[in-house]
Amino acid sequence: MPLRVHIGGAAGFAGDRTDAAGPLVEALAKADGPRFLMFETLAERTLALSQLERRRDPGRGYNPALDRFVTPILARCLAENIRIVGNFGAANPRAAALRIQAIAREQGLKAPRIAVVEGDDLTGVLTAPELAARETGGALLAGASDIVAANVYLGAKPIAEALDGGADIVVTGRVVDSALALGPLVHAFGWRWDDWDRLAAGTLAGHLLECGAQITGGYFADPGVKDVPGLAEVGYPLAEIDADGAIVISRPDGTGGRVDRQTVIEQILYEIHDPRAYLVPDVVLDLSDVTVEEIGRDRVRIVGARGHAAPETLKATVCVDAGVLGEVEISYAGPNGGGRARLAAEVIRDRLARRAPSFKFRVDAIGVTSILADDDGALRGPWTEANDVRLRFAARGAKPEDVRMLLDEVEALYCAGPAGGAGVRRHVTPRLASASCLIERRFVRPSVSMIEGPA
Amino acid sequence: MRRVKLRDVANARAGDKGNRLNLAVVCRDPGDYAAVAVSLTAERVAQVFAARKPAKVVRYDLPNLAAFNFVLDDVLEGGVNSSLGLDGHGKSLSFLLLDAEFELPAQI
Repeated sequence: MPLRVHIGGAAGFAGDRTDAAGPLVEALAKADGPRFLMFETLAERTLALSQLERRRDPGRGYNPALDRFVTPILARCLAENIRIVGNFGAANPRAAALRIQAIAREQGLKAPRIAVVEGDDLTGVLTAPELAARETGGALLAGASDIVAANVYLGAKPIAEALDGGADIVVTGRVVDSALALGPLVHAFGWRWDDWDRLAAGTLAGHLLECGAQITGGYFADPGVKDVPGLAEVGYPLAEIDADGAIVISRPDGTGGRVDRQTVIEQILYEIHDPRAYLVPDVVLDLSDVTVEEIGRDRVRIVGARGHAAPETLKATVCVDAGVLGEVEISYAGPNGGGRARLAAEVIRDRLARRAPSFKFRVDAIGVTSILADDDGALRGPWTEANDVRLRFAARGAKPEDVRMLLDEVEALYCAGPAGGAGVRRHVTPRLASASCLIERRFVRPSVSMIEGPA
Repeated sequence: MRRVKLRDVANARAGDKGNRLNLAVVCRDPGDYAAVAVSLTAERVAQVFAARKPAKVVRYDLPNLAAFNFVLDDVLEGGVNSSLGLDGHGKSLSFLLLDAEFELPAQI
């Protein structure tokens, strides 16, 4: 049994940097023992958007940046036996695997063994009413007929199985993010599936890696208060995990960033609710006894994860069509820019109150108050002080026509509004809404299949 | 007692799940943990976010990490999929909390 496993966290979301993996691969190439490169690129909505893409083209529906993530590092990973685990398969892991085979072929490489993990898609398993009956914390699905995507979060077992089967690369759709690390760890250490403390430690390692640079100085810097050296070339995280579950986080040599008690603890609690019970398919992670220790420059040791028996049900995210978001912006700058912007907002309120009294919309004054106000909130802040204000109006509708009046009214401010209105931009964006469901395990059958040789 | 902004003594990071926001608060000096624990109650955080009418605010304590985790229900206008705001995730809301003032007991 190996003493230590190395895992690099090369991506934390679908739009993450595609050149982050390079320095990780170089660091992994220098390390001994089992080494893995992990790509987490599948946020809640990303999968539903991929599902729409697959409906349009059955050969697509995987992460559109797959080529840019994999192309730069594929040859080096195969040569160094660094195995790649990624959920960039999104709504079509099989097509993603075939695309990676094609990239290998284009690069003149020997065909890699690529495992495809499937079984997360519930659309053929449960009907819309059956999903609605399992919704938790809301009633979005009641009466919904057009389900865009319904995917259950798989755990680490199919990933470990794929690696046991000799896969160089494992491509998944929806799995819980941390499973991208736990799968390799169970494979490498042979941890039992009821060794809850180890499974908890592996889940914690995955949780720390799954957001890429968010543990190495990203999403952290506040100049003068929390400085991050070399943020522009921030290194992505490298985890060393021992067979007993101890984790060390660092970053590759030659990169920027910062790994210390502060960056690590912020990420330990990221998107956590009850720290005693973080539920994933394979275990319930308890963070109560976790401690962190700075053991060197940009090296932090994390121990003390405790585990409890895996939850009985699995979580699924179900997405339904949610109409459109309409947005339109206009700027007022120079002396009394704030006063003119405020007048523009009053003109729009006044006209819509008369012409469409039940129409609801939001107004932001970018440069005065935009982000921290809520949808219904009156605009705060001293308008009169501002001299460079961008007004933003937003509304929702079932169809584009429902928001067109607002967009047209704001555009008409050009000629009929206050002086100097400038730079109108208007957008209508389709929206998806998502609900969470709890699914009995008997409905979930993960599968692993190997794609070998030229397709 | 000294009057501080949370940003003077602690870091904060926001995360979202649907219409629920979590704010991790980490004392920069672990020695401040006990004092922050007295001042930064769930009630005080609910006050800071009053405009967003949280349905519930829970504080979880992590003394080993000199950190707290606040979970605020129903403060994201329905969440990233339905909010009309620019920041549907609530990623900027850690700074709303960091800007809030607290009476911090001098030494505990």
